Amino acid sequence: MSRVTVPKTYKLYIGGKFPRSESGRTYEVTTQAGEFVANAALASRKDARDAVVAARAAVTGWAGATAYNRGQVIYRIAELLEGRRAQFVDEISRTEGVTTAAASAQVDAAIDVWVWYAGWADKYAQIAGNGNPVSGPYFNLSVPEPTGVVAAIAPQARVGTSLLGLAAVVAPIIVSGNTVVVVPNTGAPLSAISLAEVLATSDVPGGVINVLTGSPAEMAPWLASHADVNALDLAGAGDIDWVELQLSAAETLKRVLAPVAGVPAPALERITAFTETKTVWHTKSML
Amino acid sequence: MSFLEYAPAPESTAILNLKSEYGLFLDGEFVDGSGEVFDTISPATEEVIARIAQADASDVDRAVAAARRAYERTWSRMSGSDRGKYLFRIARLVQERSRELAVAESLDNGKPIRETRDVDVPLVAAWFFYYAGWADKLEYAGAGPNPRSLGVAAQVVPWNFPLLMLAWKIAPALAAGNTVVIKPAETTSLTAMLFAEILQQAELPAGVVNIVTGPGATGQALVTHDDVNKVAFTGSTGVGRMIARQVAGTNKKLTLELGGKAANIVFDDAAIDQAVEGIVNGIFFNQGHVCCAGSRLLVQENIHDEVVDKLKYRLSTLRLGDPLDKNTDIGAINSAAQLERIRTLSDTGESEGAERWQLDCTIPEKGFWFRPTIFTRVSAAHTIAREEIFGPVLSVLTFRTPDEAIAKANNTPYGLSAGIWTEKASRMLAVADRLRAGVVWANTFNKFDPASPFGGYKESGYGREGGRQGLAAYLESAGWEAPAAIMASAASATTTAAGGRKKTTKKAVAK
Repeated sequence: MSRVTVPKTYKLYIGGKFPRSESGRTYEVTTQAGEFVANAALASRKDARDAVVAARAAVTGWAGATAYNRGQVIYRIAELLEGRRAQFVDEISRTEGVTTAAASAQVDAAIDVWVWYAGWADKYAQIAGNGNPVSGPYFNLSVPEPTGVVAAIAPQARVGTSLLGLAAVVAPIIVSGNTVVVVPNTGAPLSAISLAEVLATSDVPGGVINVLTGSPAEMAPWLASHADVNALDLAGAGDIDWVELQLSAAETLKRVLAPVAGVPAPALERITAFTETKTVWHTKSML
Repeated sequence: MSFLEYAPAPESTAILNLKSEYGLFLDGEFVDGSGEVFDTISPATEEVIARIAQADASDVDRAVAAARRAYERTWSRMSGSDRGKYLFRIARLVQERSRELAVAESLDNGKPIRETRDVDVPLVAAWFFYYAGWADKLEYAGAGPNPRSLGVAAQVVPWNFPLLMLAWKIAPALAAGNTVVIKPAETTSLTAMLFAEILQQAELPAGVVNIVTGPGATGQALVTHDDVNKVAFTGSTGVGRMIARQVAGTNKKLTLELGGKAANIVFDDAAIDQAVEGIVNGIFFNQGHVCCAGSRLLVQENIHDEVVDKLKYRLSTLRLGDPLDKNTDIGAINSAAQLERIRTLSDTGESEGAERWQLDCTIPEKGFWFRPTIFTRVSAAHTIAREEIFGPVLSVLTFRTPDEAIAKANNTPYGLSAGIWTEKASRMLAVADRLRAGVVWANTFNKFDPASPFGGYKESGYGREGGRQGLAAYLESAGWEAPAAIMASAASATTTAAGGRKKTTKKAVAK
């Protein structure tokens, strides 16, 4: 007689906690063939606003941590993913309908993306910042800093992106010290929530990464117009009205990264897109 | 006079699982050396800790051959991302075994456990973590287009920070794709051997790192070996000069991190109490066995007495003794030879007219110890103001104007580091501009970070360790491919210039 299994309830991840949607709504996650797999929370405008509050509250601590510390914390995400890869392979192959080999390859790639970005934490400022030889007796140093709260739409392609696309969008945002509110892959959101469980047991402070399962088309306009969001990553927004989102973001002059096809390639530019350059001048006295 | 009585709080050596004898680490295995086995002792007790193999020229040959094989077959072909993963593993294993490494280092080197535990070993892990991240980002390092590794790196490290200096050398070399043969200092091989165990646990491919132990002759065989492409040395200026001569005429890329005689400049507007802490940290950290130690205190004349009084009071609170005791501030001098050198130079200081003050404290019966010492009335001409003592001995000089401070600070063949203490940032920056030193600490001293380049001007060596610059020391670039037209005109310009020079020479001769 086979054992009756205990399926997991997939909820949102906001401020380090796992609430259901305040709207009480869920949506069905199915296999490619349409078979029921689980119910995922269908996040609402209110959930998005709560997530922004949590993300804002986490900025000071996360941006204030040393770069070395952030690098280690992000590297630890990769370590924990490696240890739980079987679970991710299972969720990806069920929801994306891909082979175990393909799902494994995606998990490997996601882990490597986390490692690649982890290494940037204490280096990107050495590339993106510099001393400036200004004409005059001044010390002049430009240093990049995180911009603050970033809202992101993760890649939405039904196959090959659910875990990898999330990593490729979230890692470069948080590595410099930003916090993020991300809408993961709508069709295959399970690995995103399982990743949130990894995050909750890793050393990533609550509120640094907030995961809202649901509809990008429903939530993105609220995030794009939210006055306390500093930047917008539209990587996975290609299939929704992203021009309208950019127009909306223009009202508060958010920094915006445009949609990309598939999974964004790892790039230093994805880190610097969400930073501000601060230049400090100081006089040098006559001796 | 005792500041406060403390009950002993020794760190247990039970965490160590040492072998009685260590071989060389060649091609991933511990093997016997061909030279005579020697003892490594604890400088605090003079007791033998373990026996260490001695590599002769044939062992160095084998080590370089193993490194060459590993370079050609494995390491240079591996993706940067995979190299990085090995370095991350090493960083994690160092963190996991950090207390064990700290205890071993204190035992073998004589430095206080407080320092190995809180400074040396955490920095070792940080160094590997930092350079691990660089391994797959070399094209961003600023070393030019298409950066590539050099080949086999021959590395020789000193005894003052045995494991940390090993990390400074190995981490960037491996990240850049080189393989390594490294020689620890004769008196401090122990943690390098524990590190070899860590490399085995990390499953680093055999031959990527080879460790040859022994005296200076082993190091000489290594740096003069025909099949190494890079030489990196940290140690005395005398040996550095010799290596520079030996490397001359070869294609070996060379970086040297040598001696120092740093000035620590205290202006009268400094926060005096903080400055006193910085002075103490600057010269008594690691018993003064620090190449960048602030061994020359330049204090503005009008605050000289106040600073010296506070300094003496602060020194009276330092505890000298068992390096493994968690309360110890000043540990043992690393070797009898070094102790003798410190004694001789201090005696010279006194005979040349400087005034000696020493901490009145109990010296353990066994081992090598030297009381923290301050010399006042030192002039720039005194031997103790010119020569690197490499011990807990501070020379105090005075100045009246910033110009005088700068002139005195730069009045040395060395140029490794300097300190500036003033609450006025515009003055600090202006002084920093004029100091001929590779690292300038303002209102702090002896700070190290893998992200921050370290190295000297003048006879303190060349090349930098740490940061992007530290990575570039292990890379070469294909360079800029100049368009053919530019190359052609450059070639004709050279011909013209040569012709012109000839003419001038003739003229000069005719005159």
